[in-house]
Amino acid sequence: MKFVSEYRQSDSILKVAAQIRKVTTQPWTIMEVCGGQTHAIVKNRLDQLLPPAVELVHGPGCPVCVTPLEQIDRAIAIAALPEVIFCSFGDMLRVPGSESSLLDIKAGGADIRIVYSPLQAVKIAEENPAKQVVFFAVGFETTATANALAVTQAHSQSLQNFSLLVSQFLVAPAIRSICSASDTRVQGFLAAGHVCSITGYESYRPLAEQYRVPIVVTGFEPLDILEGLLMCLRQLEREECRVENQYTRAVDRTGNREAQALLNRVFRVSSQHWRGLGEMPASGLKLHQAFIGLDAAQRFALPDINPVEQNHCISGDIMLGHKKPHDCPHFGQECRPERPLGAPMVSSEGACSAYYRHSQQVKASEHPMSTPNNP
Amino acid sequence: MTQQLLSTYIQPLFNNAWIDQAHDSATLPWGADRLVFTTDSFVITPLFFPGGDIGKLAIYGTVNDLAMGAAEAKFLSCSLILEEGLPLETLKKVLQSMAVAAEETGVKLVTGDTKVVERGKGDGIYINTSGVGTLMGGQPIAPSRIRSGDQILLSGDIGRHGIAIMASREGLDFESALNSDCAPLNSAVSALIRGGVTLHCLRDLTRGGLATALVELAETSGRAIEVEESQIPVGESVQGACEMLGLDPLYVANEGRFVAFVPEESVDLASSILRETQVGSSCAKIGRVTDKTDAQVTLRNNLGCDRLLQRLPGEQLPRIC
Repeated sequence: MKFVSEYRQSDSILKVAAQIRKVTTQPWTIMEVCGGQTHAIVKNRLDQLLPPAVELVHGPGCPVCVTPLEQIDRAIAIAALPEVIFCSFGDMLRVPGSESSLLDIKAGGADIRIVYSPLQAVKIAEENPAKQVVFFAVGFETTATANALAVTQAHSQSLQNFSLLVSQFLVAPAIRSICSASDTRVQGFLAAGHVCSITGYESYRPLAEQYRVPIVVTGFEPLDILEGLLMCLRQLEREECRVENQYTRAVDRTGNREAQALLNRVFRVSSQHWRGLGEMPASGLKLHQAFIGLDAAQRFALPDINPVEQNHCISGDIMLGHKKPHDCPHFGQECRPERPLGAPMVSSEGACSAYYRHSQQVKASEHPMSTPNNP
Repeated sequence: MTQQLLSTYIQPLFNNAWIDQAHDSATLPWGADRLVFTTDSFVITPLFFPGGDIGKLAIYGTVNDLAMGAAEAKFLSCSLILEEGLPLETLKKVLQSMAVAAEETGVKLVTGDTKVVERGKGDGIYINTSGVGTLMGGQPIAPSRIRSGDQILLSGDIGRHGIAIMASREGLDFESALNSDCAPLNSAVSALIRGGVTLHCLRDLTRGGLATALVELAETSGRAIEVEESQIPVGESVQGACEMLGLDPLYVANEGRFVAFVPEESVDLASSILRETQVGSSCAKIGRVTDKTDAQVTLRNNLGCDRLLQRLPGEQLPRIC
């Protein structure tokens, strides 16, 4: 398959892995920001190709993991309303809310539909004029663009029965927050290629300079990830801190200006709560005043939402690189993909789920669980 | 879920030697012959999909379950649960399709029942078929017969059924038409048996895909399995759809594929016989049973790295991005 198979060829991958082993002379901790990258690393067990000195930590770029509990509870409350058809991407359905998940109330009869694009939800609204159709707009700049398109489409058609429950995040402020933490262990970043295809990577330059960290815009295939790591490690070994672009086939410096204009027209930057990480200033998107009529959070009279975290999920520590999934006492025990206690066990992009699915150590209880870097 | 229901709620109450085998069918003592018995229910939206329909599935599914116990299907029963308001034309189409499939597989549909449920209480048609058959050849074929050193043959490329259903359900269009792999497996199995292949275990791949079938067999037999990712055939359309939707083809449903566990000395014969059959023309040797007893399935990728295959909770849900 073009644009995929050439980035999965073992010869090229093993060659880059050998170069990584050659350039690495001391321990380094590198964060891959995006959950899609975490998934690719663990699924392909790329960690097994790295020298023990290179430690990967898994960043907050998993929308399923960071959508705040309050918003999950609100989604569940809205989806339970009899007049509502609630549309969502598939992997949000299992995320545990305070008392239940969207999947639970779907089993109880709520009309919840898995869609692949927000435009599908707009179509469902057109076809069901007697129903209120709500789309759960979660994600980073990548999904925000498609969501903005749905907003403008619904707006231009004056669709009265379509709205969005918005939970949008921005990547650069999260990286800033990780860099500025006094106890951060992260020395370099693989930035999320898809997000940069929209945003470009100019906004990373001040971060790289201020915090003296290399940031490499990286793709999602095995070869992309190892190349990104090699570029990052070369910089670290040379004490450099530049923004580099590994994912040149999809990303350029300025990004997609048309998409940026659309985002700016539909959304405004706002403070945002990240599940597990807390409130971060200017790290989210809310609907602009012109489109506020499409905000599902305001459209429905809901009972008070009082989110209560039911467990001691350590997702924040995992996403900041302080801990690994198997440092959690619940990991693989009470917390499993079929009964997730915390959001990172839900989506295949969540670090815990990725470890659980693919890690050799999970079932072998006679062996202490080691980090995948040191199998 | 099914596994949990079976072990927690069903097996303890209906404790007997046959249910404890946890196989797709039960082989029963019955005079001089050995009678093999199985049942399956069919619930699918849409009722008609590229490459098949619920009627075909209902015949093939039960015939295939019997074939996986090395039995030739002889007689089927059929229960139809119909939703009020179902167009008679739809029912006729489904029944005609069942008749063609029964003819094709050489099975007789001999008894049945019909119930009608209120509108809104069913998805058009639910079908249950039960089947009896007799053992082909004398060898018992079951997970308990899996031995270390066994080679694993996969009858063809995986994931077509699941992706075809998802595409027609969600209105996803692909460049090339993708048909379900829905097919009867009985003639391939009888060819293997007639050809003198020693078979230790057969398992058709259904919901949960290849990975789940292998994990179940590893756990039931207490053996460890190693498979080579590069040897597992996946068609380009299925691969493309999985990439786009964030699905793993190893876990996507099939309706006309199976794995055969055969001793090393039989594998070449098995493979050459299978290659001559309609469903096995692209069969592949995908892995082996090892000496380990940890009941795990390890997938080795083309980089030489290993990952563990696990059961998935429920259906795979498409990823966000």
